[in-house]
Amino acid sequence: MQPAISIQRLVKRYDSGHVALHGIDLEVRPGEIFALLGPNGAGKSTLINIVCGIVTPTEGRVLAAGRDVVREYRAARTAIGLVPQELATDNYESVWATVKFSRGLYGRAPNPRFLESLLDALSLADKRDARIMTLSGGMKRRVMIAKALAHEPQILFLDEPTAGVDVELRRDMWALVRRLRDQGVTIVLTTHYIEEAEQMADRIGVLDRGSLILVEDKRTLIDQLGERQLRLMLRRPLDAIPAGLADLGLQLRDRGDELVFTYDATRTIDVSALLRRLTDLSIEITDMQTRQSSLEEIFVKLVSRRS
Amino acid sequence: MSAPLHRPAPFVPPRFNRHGVLAIYRFELARAARTLIQSLVTPVITTSLYFIVFGSAIGARMHSVGGVPYGAFIVPGLMMLTLFTESIANASFGIFYPKFTGTIFELLSAPVSPLETVLGYVGAAATKSVAIGSIILGTSALFVPIRILHPVAMVVLLLLTAATFSLFGFIVGIWAKGWEQIQIIPALIMTPLTFLGGAFYSIDMLPRPWRTLSLFNPVVYLINAFRWSFYGATDVGIGTSIAFTLGFLAACAAVVAWIFRTGYRLKN
Repeated sequence: MQPAISIQRLVKRYDSGHVALHGIDLEVRPGEIFALLGPNGAGKSTLINIVCGIVTPTEGRVLAAGRDVVREYRAARTAIGLVPQELATDNYESVWATVKFSRGLYGRAPNPRFLESLLDALSLADKRDARIMTLSGGMKRRVMIAKALAHEPQILFLDEPTAGVDVELRRDMWALVRRLRDQGVTIVLTTHYIEEAEQMADRIGVLDRGSLILVEDKRTLIDQLGERQLRLMLRRPLDAIPAGLADLGLQLRDRGDELVFTYDATRTIDVSALLRRLTDLSIEITDMQTRQSSLEEIFVKLVSRRS
Repeated sequence: MSAPLHRPAPFVPPRFNRHGVLAIYRFELARAARTLIQSLVTPVITTSLYFIVFGSAIGARMHSVGGVPYGAFIVPGLMMLTLFTESIANASFGIFYPKFTGTIFELLSAPVSPLETVLGYVGAAATKSVAIGSIILGTSALFVPIRILHPVAMVVLLLLTAATFSLFGFIVGIWAKGWEQIQIIPALIMTPLTFLGGAFYSIDMLPRPWRTLSLFNPVVYLINAFRWSFYGATDVGIGTSIAFTLGFLAACAAVVAWIFRTGYRLKN
């Protein structure tokens, strides 16, 4: 299948000499939610802005919906909707006027019925005639999304969609993004919130200082790079790890009443064998817990490994 | 949040984004409609003041200029003065405002060509200044008898001047980094050139060195051509005047083409 977005050896060097992107190669699959993670200044926004036509690439090629974003910009841009990081709105306009403007600007014939259903889907129906300056920050963000969707794009870019957004709106937004994905819209989002990527993304790309250091399925990433821990709560505290268990690399915590076994996805463990060995040593267990490291821990590890 | 959203389908954009041009054009005119009082009443009041001061107070003590009563003589110059300032102000504000608020991202990421962008913004700005020019003509007719010998030429010159200076204003709006710079060009360049360009007198009335010097002022040609379309009299050749206007239009178009090619002050 043709990729929704195909980025080939993309370089961006600003006039100041600063290189924001060092030869990025990336393919975003149609219908997926792709999350671009990275610390501030990693080049996430530059990358998005190049695909959307706001920043001119220095070298390399970008195709959106199979069309070159520079040479066939009309076809490429028609396929794309962009919700930028900043809440940039014309405060004096009404919600309806601004959404109608966006649809026209992207070359689509007027379709009031579609725009009404769009406002409805974004809980903006009753704000239709309100001036944008009278809306709350969260409502303004919905307006930005409505504008980006007004021309029925195949690909939606969300640059930090939930920065400074309250929890409720964040959940709403995640639900909306999933619904769009379910209807076949490809979604690329950048985020600081790893929780967001963890909740939403099908695949994850990690950008650090202008290089894409990793692109992976979210599940695979967590499985491969994540640690797992098995914590065993003991009835009677131990002074030290018994000699018979030395080969397992266990740790003793919390004044000796907790045994922690750390392993990763490359090692399979036989939990029942482990428990049997503990029973043989008369170690009684009152409770057990397993946990998996979050994307956040993986991310911090990945980025710190490079610096 | 349960209404159905769109199911994306490939859409083949037309070769000319007519909806895009209309969207920009309507948006800009809607902005003028919101500020209708400033947009329309201000020029009418200003014009009336000019008529009271120049037309009645001074004009009453003046002979006719080239057979035209002084009050009527200044009408074309007054229209041109307004056309210059309004075209530059409207077009520069129109493109500077989205740069200032950040909404320019949408224009830059939309499938609109440079030509379509210019048609939308410059078209709207020119429409507004032509409307204001017409209102001034109407207001003037209340004060002095007006006759227009060459109405077709008058309309053509009106449209041409509005388009040219709106294009110039568009360049100013892209160049400007702040509100002050938006004001500088009209205040420091256009107003002096217009006042010294024979808006309120014939350059024949000037003593020798100043008269020669005036021939280097481009505005002289524009005002002369326009006044010729009203009263038939002219200080300089009508052909020269039109050639000059077209030359300035071409120069502005070349600058705009360069701006879009390089992304000057629009994008990195």
